Amino acid sequence: MSRALAIQVGYLARRSVLRTVRQPAAVVFPLLFPVLLLAVNSGGLRAETHLPGFPTSSFLSFALAVPFIQGALFATGNAGIDLAKDIQTGFLNRLALTPMRGVALLLGELGGVMGLALVQAVFYLGVGLAFGVRLKSGIGGGVVLIALAALIALGFAAFGAFAALRTGSTEAVNGIFPVFFIFLFISSMNIPRNLISTTWFRWLATANPVSYLIEAVRSLIISGWDGRALGLGFGIGILVVVAGFALSLASLSERLART
Amino acid sequence: MAEARDNSIEVEGLVREFKKGPRAVDGIDLCVEPGEIYGFLGPNGAGKSTTVLMLTTLLPPTAGTARVAGYDVVKEGPLVRKTIGAALQEAALDPLLTGREHLRLQTAMHGIGGDERKRRSNELLERVGLTEAADRKVNGYSGGMKRRLDLALALVHRPRVLFLDEPTTGLDVQSRSALWEEVGRLAEHEGVTVFLTTQYLEEADVLADRVGIIDRGRIVAEGTPESLKGEIGRSTVEAVPAEAGQRGGVASVLERFGSPTSGAPGSVAVQLATADGELAEIVRALDAEDLHISHLQIHEPTLDDVFLAKTGRHLEGASAREVEAEPEHAPA
Repeated sequence: MSRALAIQVGYLARRSVLRTVRQPAAVVFPLLFPVLLLAVNSGGLRAETHLPGFPTSSFLSFALAVPFIQGALFATGNAGIDLAKDIQTGFLNRLALTPMRGVALLLGELGGVMGLALVQAVFYLGVGLAFGVRLKSGIGGGVVLIALAALIALGFAAFGAFAALRTGSTEAVNGIFPVFFIFLFISSMNIPRNLISTTWFRWLATANPVSYLIEAVRSLIISGWDGRALGLGFGIGILVVVAGFALSLASLSERLART
Repeated sequence: MAEARDNSIEVEGLVREFKKGPRAVDGIDLCVEPGEIYGFLGPNGAGKSTTVLMLTTLLPPTAGTARVAGYDVVKEGPLVRKTIGAALQEAALDPLLTGREHLRLQTAMHGIGGDERKRRSNELLERVGLTEAADRKVNGYSGGMKRRLDLALALVHRPRVLFLDEPTTGLDVQSRSALWEEVGRLAEHEGVTVFLTTQYLEEADVLADRVGIIDRGRIVAEGTPESLKGEIGRSTVEAVPAEAGQRGGVASVLERFGSPTSGAPGSVAVQLATADGELAEIVRALDAEDLHISHLQIHEPTLDDVFLAKTGRHLEGASAREVEAEPEHAPA
């Protein structure tokens, strides 16, 4: 990366972080909502641990993977809405009139979102540890978990950016956001796939890439170092990042129709 | 064509068509000399902003050519952008950033280095009178402060040509005057060429060295404000009868001196047939008919009269079409 590009990315990432930090609701809800849902699920679904073949005796440990994915989904919304606002207000035109490179805008915006995702990941992990969860993969596993959570957030945020650049509308991004949540609900978020007795649901959860992201995070918490789960999780995470970036860059070059 | 280091703007046969819409810009030709303030006057939807978007490289023209500072806007977009500054319609600012943060971001995007970045930001904040408000978030700024920051942002890289798209829309008189003063100073002392779109007659009249009047995508008149008004030449007399029943009588007397034209509600107006004022004769004629007048005034020709003469409509409230507000496939 050239020095000029690095400076552009740095300033745009700083702006992204400042904007987020200056909107308390954009920080507080992504932190608290997944934790509240974790508390509700851990209380209500605790009996699942008695199912034969359930991989752990602590439902909290099993469910702790979910907030990391939910947090990443919030990153999708944040990145998308911020970019859509820039398009609607003309701020993107202001940037387009400078020698800014399109990739700097994306890297900067997503870099800021990833910064928040790292804070979220540390917070969720801290909450889990405070309530007695112990990582089977140890301290190194915690570091890998945070890196994986950031990668997933980056991928989802890239899709949020794509939605914003494609539509240029905050309303459209808000409308797309729940669609991403559907992927979470039809995954193995609440029960291991092999224990899902309804065939169509098991089939959907198996076909759903989000299941593998959850299972990779979960493996670090309850299984230790599971190469297959981690390979699938990181592989899918990287694929999502690459696809999201490619789509976003294509839309950005269309949106920045400067000559 | 201009030399590469000219600050001029040269446009020939510029056209922009949008899908399913009429031609927003329909073959305009214009030439702005270096250091000149050119006022581009027209109603909403006339094609002003679309023209600015093309000249600032943000929208490719459908046909025609345009050179800004000697560079072709289609073939040499990056070079055009290096030499121009632009404050587009509605100050596009981030409400969550401070004025200083905006300037730091803008200078960084232009590749201005560390110490210079800080110095230039401070200098511009002082120039536009925002030093005290520099560390306040923009969502607490007034409309005038936002516009002044917008202007400062357009100047960070010392542009040779400045595009201002309706820079004073919605501003109070004081803020408007302050902005006019700064724009005038830029042209006079720094030799910056200014292309200014406006729908305010007074703004074009006071600020612009030359004015181009655009309507429905075409330039209908061009020249200095004085020469354009001189073309019209004739003043307008407007009288408000003291009693509504005498309106017909007042109209009949006034029509002896010129042709009827539109005036304020309840008034009778005529455009005088000759360039010389005939107010005293009109007063005598009204008196002779025993017609009482509550208000009588003579208007010198304005740019609105020029617009009326060229288009048959008044500029105020003459929204032509709304194609440029939401153009299809326009840039961000």
